[in-house]
Amino acid sequence: MDIVIVGDGKVGYTLAEQLNKEGHDITIIDNRADILNSTLEMLDVMGVRGNGASMEVQMEAGVPSADLLIAATSGDEVNMLCCLTAKMLGAKRTIARVRNPEYSTQLQMLKEPLGLSMVINPELESAREIARVVKFPPALKIETFSKGRVELIEFKLLEHMPIVGKSLMEMPQIIDSNVLICAVDRGGAVIIPRGSFVLEAGDRIHITGAARQITSFLSQIGGIHLKVRSLMLVGGGRIAYYLAKMLDVKAFRIKIIEKNRERCDELCDLLPNATIIHGDGSDIDVLESEGIEEADAFVALTNIDEENLIMSMVANEKKVPKIITKTGRFDNLSILEKLGIDTVINPKMTTANHIIQYVRAVQNSVHFNNIKTLYKIVNGKAEATEFTATSDTAHLNVRLDQLHLKRNLLLAVIVRDGKVIIPHGEDVIKEGDSVIVLTNEHKLSCLNNIFEGS
Amino acid sequence: MNYRLIARYLRFVLQLQAVFLLPMLAYSVTQGEHGAGKGFLITLVIVVILSLLLRLVKFDPEKTMYIKDGFVMVAICWIAVSVMGAFPYWISGDIPFFLDALFESVSGFTTTGATILTNVEGLSSGLLLWRGFSHWIGGMGVLVFLLALVPALSGGERSFNVMKAESTGPAPGKLVPKLRQSAKLLYIIYLVLTLILVLFLLAGGMPLLDSVVNAMSTAGTGGFSARNISIEAYNSAYLEMVIAVFLIIFGISFNMYYFLVARNFSAVYKNEELRVYLGIILVSTILVAVNLLGSVCDNAADALRYAFFQVSSTITTTCLSSTNYDLWPTFSRFALITLTFIGASAGSTGGGIKVSRIIILFKESRRILFRMVHPRSVETVKMDGKTLDKTVVHSVSAYLALLMMILVVSTFVVAWDGYDLESTFTAVSSCLNNNGPGLGLAGPAGNFSSFSPLSKVVLSLNMLIGRLEIYPVLLMFSPRTWKRI
Repeated sequence: MDIVIVGDGKVGYTLAEQLNKEGHDITIIDNRADILNSTLEMLDVMGVRGNGASMEVQMEAGVPSADLLIAATSGDEVNMLCCLTAKMLGAKRTIARVRNPEYSTQLQMLKEPLGLSMVINPELESAREIARVVKFPPALKIETFSKGRVELIEFKLLEHMPIVGKSLMEMPQIIDSNVLICAVDRGGAVIIPRGSFVLEAGDRIHITGAARQITSFLSQIGGIHLKVRSLMLVGGGRIAYYLAKMLDVKAFRIKIIEKNRERCDELCDLLPNATIIHGDGSDIDVLESEGIEEADAFVALTNIDEENLIMSMVANEKKVPKIITKTGRFDNLSILEKLGIDTVINPKMTTANHIIQYVRAVQNSVHFNNIKTLYKIVNGKAEATEFTATSDTAHLNVRLDQLHLKRNLLLAVIVRDGKVIIPHGEDVIKEGDSVIVLTNEHKLSCLNNIFEGS
Repeated sequence: MNYRLIARYLRFVLQLQAVFLLPMLAYSVTQGEHGAGKGFLITLVIVVILSLLLRLVKFDPEKTMYIKDGFVMVAICWIAVSVMGAFPYWISGDIPFFLDALFESVSGFTTTGATILTNVEGLSSGLLLWRGFSHWIGGMGVLVFLLALVPALSGGERSFNVMKAESTGPAPGKLVPKLRQSAKLLYIIYLVLTLILVLFLLAGGMPLLDSVVNAMSTAGTGGFSARNISIEAYNSAYLEMVIAVFLIIFGISFNMYYFLVARNFSAVYKNEELRVYLGIILVSTILVAVNLLGSVCDNAADALRYAFFQVSSTITTTCLSSTNYDLWPTFSRFALITLTFIGASAGSTGGGIKVSRIIILFKESRRILFRMVHPRSVETVKMDGKTLDKTVVHSVSAYLALLMMILVVSTFVVAWDGYDLESTFTAVSSCLNNNGPGLGLAGPAGNFSSFSPLSKVVLSLNMLIGRLEIYPVLLMFSPRTWKRI
């Protein structure tokens, strides 16, 4: 697809990088020549210098014939104007990044007249991601599929857990729950496990299933040892605001430490139920006097990566059970893991992932009709594809244990009439089912590709 | 320095050259030219063996290509291509000295067109074809061809540096977002235009081999012809006009043709460089014609014919000749020397400083003068209505300064041979601007064979420096480039 990206910032660059890798033709618009030049040197994309909201610049960038325009400049108003102009010029779809909470209520109303196909708010998405993890602390990361019905949860196996040292085949004898281990990240390599696969301590496993089953699984293996009641947030930016708004007042006690006095006053008005502390969160004394030891979760949300990392290491030292770290630029997860920081939220990646999922969905709806969605999971090392079984699908109504599936591929979930089924040997695929398939090597374009010999 | 990367590109370039040598070999064999056939065969074997040896160097995809890696790699590949390209001339025995063969080969690939041959017609037809082909592939670029062909090279990050190093002009850009697609489009436009030219030449009664060689020479704005006295040999006003017009066409940025195909006419119409380029041709033709009318030519038609051909041939730094312009009056000869310095448009196959650089230099000088009058004034340098980045403006000034320094140093070396100043200076300036023949000894009636071996090496280097626009070759010779830290 021809995609024009306005704004060569963190998100714009990440998007250009990812979408270019997937074979799209990218043109990137920015008015800062030096930044644009360094991007052009790094990526195989085209650059146009100028104001992305101006018609002339958009014409030069080929917006009239573009399939998609993504406006990711730092200004919400500019982004909306970019999309409006692009739509008028004939771009097929537009996505705007709008982050100011004051606009969030009117966006639904504005979406249609502005011709926006999608509005993305990086801070809101990041807050959602944090909220999911706070509500379910054993998880390092939670991804959802099939309109939120199926969850994919990443967590780390510890020495004392009963399933460590056992193969997947032996699992049903130890615990009684209906979940599926679909991918294992061992030292950076991603494995799609088979029945004979033996789990080790330190593996980051990805499990899927209905939410209740996952909870039951985790409590049986001793993964749930904590429920978050009190949170300490450092940095009272937009993420902190959205997160505090999102979390239920009755269930959580929230303390926000913010350096800027005026922002503290603002937060006081916006969040009457949270405790707002005026102080420097990078100062250990402040953290201690505010009782970091007693917090169930510590979330580092300042705009400076280094401060966030150091604070998280302090929290780790103080044995805070759940630590969540926001990073802006730094995204080398394996280095962070060595520092004991394992739940990392990266707003630019979150935003980029959302948009990329949308692009894939658009592309798939144009090319292959029966792919519903496609997700990159496990830091992009594996793919989960959701298909709809149609009358053309081979082996309908045949027991799964009679079928030969390709290696390194897993039939993870079947969703039938809104119900989540973790497939076993006796299950079958029926017409109209949604089927989620995981793989780390094959390129799947239709459901029939999963069978051996196709 | 990323040696593995250089080895990888070098391997691909050599494989590509093997592919180019094959049809030449086949042609020589069908023509029964044993000497040329032997030359191509042995070269082919050497090239294949070298590329197999380079296969032993494992490529490390994790290591990125930084800008210096890209630039130095391009310079090394060009030297490799030129050295390998010299073997057929030498092994066949048609050019007995290797240094002469190398000079001829470098002159071919860099589209200079300076020759050491005293008798072009004595060369076997296979080698004539090879000479012409080296112009054609060198004009648009060997590595650009490779980028269009090999997806593994163009897909990687930072491969744009390769195209930047090989393309002409102060700020090369892409036609479309994907590098590979851009390179393909360039070559498609190039190929189509060349084929049209061949048809036009055939229609004018030029023999097939001559048509192909002259068309490739025109397309690459090289200057090698199939005849001793170049286009004058055909003595046809039609052929001269066809070639002159096509030279101007190949001297225009290829982006313009893409805009035409994409029906973006306003971009072509508004292009400043194109206007100035055509304007310079118009004014120079009139001035030279008037000057000729009073001295060499009797009637206006002849004066215009010779003036137009030579002006278009010189501004594109091709230097095919339709008459011995060395006999022209001083004004005309100096006009031609000036035109070789101006050169063709950025993004074309032509050489020289490039019209866009001249425009930028002119505007920057005007801005500096203006600032002296109004010290507090704020003014930017604009091109096509858009403000130019300061770094581009500075790099253009630096480019001119470096060019002049190289010109002076090289002229000193060549001057040691003891020939007259006109021949010496124009030999160097012509090679540096990829023009080809200069004046006097190095002029259209003469050739470069009498220069000393040292001068030939320096002139060959000048050609490479001119074609790759200074930086890649200088970077390669800079010791700092090769240090780790």
